[in-house]
Amino acid sequence: MSELGGAAASRGPVVLSARGLTRVHTGGPVPVTALGGVDLDLRLGELVAVMGPSGSGKSTLLHLLGGLDAPTSGSVMLAGDDLAAMDRAGRARVRRRRVGYVFQDLNLMPLLTALENVALPLELDGVPPKTARREAVEALAQLDVANLASRFPGQLSGGQQQRVAIARSLVGPRRVVLADEPTGALDSVMGEEVMRVLRGRVDAGAAAVVVTHDARLAAWADRTIFLVDGTVVDEAIAMGPGALLAEGGGRPW
Amino acid sequence: MSVRHALLALLGTAPVGAFALRQEFERRTGRTWPLNMGQVSTTLDRLERDGLVAEVPSDGDVPHYALTDGGRAELESWWAAPVERGVPARDELAMKLALAVTLPGVEVQAIVRAQRTETMRWLQALTRLRGEPQADDVAWQLLLDHYVFAAESEMRWLDHVQARLTRAGAAHPADAAASTLASERERVVARGDR
Repeated sequence: MSELGGAAASRGPVVLSARGLTRVHTGGPVPVTALGGVDLDLRLGELVAVMGPSGSGKSTLLHLLGGLDAPTSGSVMLAGDDLAAMDRAGRARVRRRRVGYVFQDLNLMPLLTALENVALPLELDGVPPKTARREAVEALAQLDVANLASRFPGQLSGGQQQRVAIARSLVGPRRVVLADEPTGALDSVMGEEVMRVLRGRVDAGAAAVVVTHDARLAAWADRTIFLVDGTVVDEAIAMGPGALLAEGGGRPW
Repeated sequence: MSVRHALLALLGTAPVGAFALRQEFERRTGRTWPLNMGQVSTTLDRLERDGLVAEVPSDGDVPHYALTDGGRAELESWWAAPVERGVPARDELAMKLALAVTLPGVEVQAIVRAQRTETMRWLQALTRLRGEPQADDVAWQLLLDHYVFAAESEMRWLDHVQARLTRAGAAHPADAAASTLASERERVVARGDR
């Protein structure tokens, strides 16, 4: 088990906190430990990357953090709510209000416009359609894709679809983004663009956990944690460019 | 790094003096490889000796140099030829890991993990540096990209080494693993640099 503090002093309050998180799958002939006890604090204004080989528990961790799955033991506090103590319906309610998910395959509804896709989570949560749409337009505008609001996903490029997916993950009052390989379907320039957008949203007061196998994209995060066999084995905390700059602010070499 | 060819390239446009050459070199390479005046003077002397540059009249008291026909031909062939990728330069990390997997009592996985954390920090710092205002400079941006891709490919190589060692199921796999490490690294680097 690892204690992950991070360089937290300059950031906002902890919005997502996991303690002793384990997940054991008991469906098969032998129990399989997918996650073997992880502690994690995520603060507002913080972007955390999770790396590790396939099967190391990255996605399991993300699912538990967002209440898509329940831990075998341990706790997840999301903005004051204890997810582990809730039933499935309770978790779903908290998740809709607090957490935005971005998936590798985006999961945009093909028969809904960009605007309708972004407004959907709010409408599911009982927000009146007019309000939901207004907030959806705002979310799209923050990602510079408000002009694409009436297009269907099939009429958008991969990068545009990804922006819509991120807008959907951050629409309304939600401040926590959990992203599972969000750049997986994109080329390397577009992948960086998505990280730039995510970084901007986090700097503006959100918080995010991003699972990625791409070190170049993980480097956008404030810290990267490495999972192996369901436990955190290492953590790399970003020091900022100052660490590379020569005395007097010149170039590093 | 061929200082010789770099100076020929800079002299290709107009005659310049030694000090201006040094400044131009550093400006165009993002001050990645600082040159001292001694290196510039020595190199100019050799280029003159080999008939590739010649001193030309100038307004001030500093001698200016220009390419000779021979110098221009040498420069053209430098641009035309790819940088040779033969036997790779000695890489401390590849060497360290090759030794670690073959010597008894060395915690290879710990070395891999420590290195990965260090390389990740380097990559994080480079990524932040790319967002700095001075990143407008195209040459500088290109050099930063170069280091970013190199760091990324090192991370991929380290992941690969770790997976390989894990599959071998021991801290000390067969010697065969060590002997293929270096060549695998070359392959991963080549893929990462595309």
